[in-house]
Amino acid sequence: MPNRTALYDRHVALGGRMVDFGGWDLPQQYTSIRDEHLAVRKAAGLFDISHMGRLDLVGPRAEEFLQHVLTNDVAGVEPGRAQYNLMCLEDGGVVDDLVIYRRGHEHFLVVVNAANREKDIAWLRKHLPDGTTLTDRTLEVGLIALQGPRAEELMPKGSSETKAIPYFGFAAGKVAGVPALISRTGYTGEDGFELFIENDRLGSVWDAILESGRSSGVVPAGLGARDATRLEAALRLYGNDMDESVNPYEAGLGWTVKPDKGEFIGSEALAKVKQAGPRRRLIGLSLKAGDIPRHGAAVTSGGKKVGAVTSGTHSFFLGHPIALALVEGPSFPVGETLGVDVRGREASAEVVKLPFYRGSAHSAASPAKS
Amino acid sequence: MAERRYAKTHEWLTVDGKTATVGITDFAQAQLGDVVFLDLPKPGRKVSRGEAFGVVESVKAASDLYSPVSGTVSAVNDKLSSNPELVNSDPLGEGWIMKVEISGAVPDDLMDEAEYEKSAEASAH
Repeated sequence: MPNRTALYDRHVALGGRMVDFGGWDLPQQYTSIRDEHLAVRKAAGLFDISHMGRLDLVGPRAEEFLQHVLTNDVAGVEPGRAQYNLMCLEDGGVVDDLVIYRRGHEHFLVVVNAANREKDIAWLRKHLPDGTTLTDRTLEVGLIALQGPRAEELMPKGSSETKAIPYFGFAAGKVAGVPALISRTGYTGEDGFELFIENDRLGSVWDAILESGRSSGVVPAGLGARDATRLEAALRLYGNDMDESVNPYEAGLGWTVKPDKGEFIGSEALAKVKQAGPRRRLIGLSLKAGDIPRHGAAVTSGGKKVGAVTSGTHSFFLGHPIALALVEGPSFPVGETLGVDVRGREASAEVVKLPFYRGSAHSAASPAKS
Repeated sequence: MAERRYAKTHEWLTVDGKTATVGITDFAQAQLGDVVFLDLPKPGRKVSRGEAFGVVESVKAASDLYSPVSGTVSAVNDKLSSNPELVNSDPLGEGWIMKVEISGAVPDDLMDEAEYEKSAEASAH
């Protein structure tokens, strides 16, 4: 039976259509994916993301350990800052994508994908040095995300001032009077916050945000809206856009690989990929109304198969279907026409620049894409 | 008002003389989620009972539409090309999908509302 978050009863009461996602019972949608998606782009949406794995890492060698198991350079991350990161196999394949939050010099919070939590913990423990402890806090701490261009102004009464929190920064404070770790991060392309709150107080914060924001357009938003908004922002979804058979350069995430920091798991294999150039690339495709590309659909160039769609949807916000596809061979320049299998026929797809949509996250204070 | 009849595949039809109006049920639209596109036949096309005559694309998946009756398509709902969401908001009314000139008799084994609701409920579990 899937896990339930502390907000399960609220999702059901709000009319959420519950589905199993990475071993968790979560709402696909409450009213309509379209309405929830547009609310996130125009005002703000409130997501329950308590399914994400949350791991505490403490010890004098915590930084050294992360430098060894992750591709990005953790050394430059100050306390109060977060960083997007990848964990790779020796052959360079991606084990997971994750965000690390530096809480202190010897203390990190690591947020991983729900479906990978147990795999990640096993992998991390295998490499964990003596004196460093890894604790799974997923079931104790809740996590919700308020995402949208108006998220900051729509935080409820009794919340800490957030103006000083930069993009990919976080601070301890209060939301609706409840202690919370407030992080200016997200998975929608919009400005907004991810809020870590103890489970027993999570419901009251959820209610307060919805109640105070309702008249301004804040709605609870489900997995459908989360997937649509992350795809428009071209944020990769592990298990769809990449997995252990895909390396960071292929996934277009070479910017998270920092060879200069020294050796790490996968560094040798990744150096070779970088030198030779990736065999495949993740590209963006735009299609015309009705031609909705689905995960796994063949992508063709001149009638020859060159790859497959990794994520695809109809974008309500942009008004046409969009897709990410992993394709082989030479790069396909923006503007080129490829074919995508849609219900057994070849639909025409234009290669477009990523992201499909640049939301308010990019105008948030001092981006820290390090 | 003609009585509405239901197929196991979640289409409904009403019959006025020899003309049947066909759509999908409220249960079906709720299961599909937001409808974003319908691929529909051109008027004049012959359809057989149980034949897939079109496709409804929702955010989640593409699903075939099956004709509950045999005949010739006389009209499709043009409003759906610009407002596919009518299938969600008013599946039994403004969200109708096509009209068919029936050839032969109307099948007598379609379900009435109560029978359909029971069958849909069972298929939801």
